[in-house]
Amino acid sequence: MSLPLPDPALDPRGYQPGGVSAPVRQWRVAGWARANLFNSWLNAALTLFALWLIWAVCWPVIRFLLVDAVWDGASRTDCLADRVGREVGACWPFVGAKLGQFLYGFYPAAERWRVDLTAALGLGLLIPLMIPRLPYKTANAVLFFGVYPVAGFVLLVGGMFGLPYVETRQWGGLLVTLVIAVTGIVGSLPLGILLALGRRSEMPAMRAVSIVFIEVWRGVPLITVLFFATYMLPLFLPAGWAVDPLLRVMIGVLLFAAAYMAEVVRGGLQAIPRAQYEAAQALGLGYWRTMGLVILPQALKLVIPGIVNNFIGLFKDTTLVLIVAIFDLLGQLRAAFSDPNWATPTTVFTGFAFAGIVYFVFCFGMSRYALWMERRLSPAGRR
Amino acid sequence: MSESRAAAAIRTTRNAVAVELIGVHKWFGEFHALDGVDLRVMRGERVVVCGPSGSGKSTMIRCINGLEMHQRGRVIVDGVELTNNLKRIDEVRRDVGMVFQSLNLFPHLTVLENCTLAPIWVRHMPRREAEALAMQYLERVHIPEQARKYPGQLSGGQQQRVAIARALCMNPKIMLFDEPTSALDPEMVKEVLDTMVELALDGMTMIVVTHEMGFARQVADRVVFMDYGRIVEAAPPEEFFSRPRHERTRLFLSQILH
Repeated sequence: MSLPLPDPALDPRGYQPGGVSAPVRQWRVAGWARANLFNSWLNAALTLFALWLIWAVCWPVIRFLLVDAVWDGASRTDCLADRVGREVGACWPFVGAKLGQFLYGFYPAAERWRVDLTAALGLGLLIPLMIPRLPYKTANAVLFFGVYPVAGFVLLVGGMFGLPYVETRQWGGLLVTLVIAVTGIVGSLPLGILLALGRRSEMPAMRAVSIVFIEVWRGVPLITVLFFATYMLPLFLPAGWAVDPLLRVMIGVLLFAAAYMAEVVRGGLQAIPRAQYEAAQALGLGYWRTMGLVILPQALKLVIPGIVNNFIGLFKDTTLVLIVAIFDLLGQLRAAFSDPNWATPTTVFTGFAFAGIVYFVFCFGMSRYALWMERRLSPAGRR
Repeated sequence: MSESRAAAAIRTTRNAVAVELIGVHKWFGEFHALDGVDLRVMRGERVVVCGPSGSGKSTMIRCINGLEMHQRGRVIVDGVELTNNLKRIDEVRRDVGMVFQSLNLFPHLTVLENCTLAPIWVRHMPRREAEALAMQYLERVHIPEQARKYPGQLSGGQQQRVAIARALCMNPKIMLFDEPTSALDPEMVKEVLDTMVELALDGMTMIVVTHEMGFARQVADRVVFMDYGRIVEAAPPEEFFSRPRHERTRLFLSQILH
């Protein structure tokens, strides 16, 4: 049955297991383009049209952001076309002048190091936590999820250890955006998991409570939640029960996000076969260890895309706090537009371009990290 | 083998019932899955359970470790009666190993981690000790070299042998097998059965739901035939196969022994 293999010593062409040797790389690119992009008149026309479209969209953006942009200046006059003597794109000095406001809001300038320190601590703990190779994950997680929130609270709010008190009314800009988004993101996942488990529980009371919670919070718009938390909740609370407005909003966003998260997690739980539960039960693992060691690691891995989707949505939804007079990054931006010192025809576009870039960097970063994590966790990536 | 059977007999007489089912009933909605099952399995005894599909054999052994709750009658495992008390069910499960028909190793853990999970988290064994124990059992099922692989990288037969090792790592007093070879490709059945035979020869108390009659002949102390949720006949293998007393048993045997 066996076919005679060509003997390399006898074969004049010099037998190679891979067959024909690979062509030179540049030929491959040109060949690929000819085979795929220009293999018919219609395809050639579509290719050219697409190239034109890319050019038509990208070039004005590049011109506005980089080529025609003004990079130095001290006031609006430096960004006016008649002053510069040419067409003017983005007015970056505006962003430079207002950067402090965009980042910190009205946080007192002398105390802004506290915000910087909080951010540095957060990054210093988060980055090693996100790199799987690094050791001491448990200690790191305890520090980030347990100690850091307390440290961050003390640093940002102050009023103890000799730090002057800074009320949250003065907070703003990216600081507020990140405070709301990070608490929402970090808090909504565990709460969402508990709600999802509750909804699948065999205890009727547990199930009822979870379903009511999820459906009520999912059933109302976030704006309603924010309005309720800011303007109506104080009316219901007994006198003297003042809860900080920012904290109220943070809790509102957190619970809202948790309801959505619960449904994503539930989808993952439903995808795990019954046999997995039974195998874990038969080993005597009990409910919580079955969930924590066997079911959730598999279920959460399946729904990483959905979880990240929620995180990104939540991050961008934080801009809604503007309507309850909390000035996040976008709020500070709009406030800065009304400054007559920087009123130019391109100020508004510059500001939104800046905000867009900032939001994109955060969201794209989350998305890429999640994608990488997903690949790492897939069985093929683990060999 | 006769030696081991004699040894089993000694153990049996010396003491103790391992599993006892008394008048056990179970319904799935209208379907009467178990209709008054009485069974007593002594320590060290090997019982093979067979019968047509839907006869209640799986349901019966699933009642022994509380995966199904019986609705009437009593189930007593190693002296502990199974009730709705969840703590007590977990207590029983720790001492009862189970191997399923479906290949249900935990796919996100390596073979070794599959084996050490329960000893570490349920028995609170130090990791190193648990790993040593796991390696010992993986050697016993002849696949120590696969310890660092993930279940998806193993063949069905290898997975099922890991499942046996995983159950053994909890040092169970009783092993339950629910059609462990039915989901396997034919060429892998033997390696799993061989492992089970070795286990039986070591004196493990085993209740095995299977249609592998060769296995039953080789190691069973008793073969139990079930139909319509009842135990129709229970006898030592030589008697069971050569002189079945009931018509239904005869019919069943003629269908599976070609």
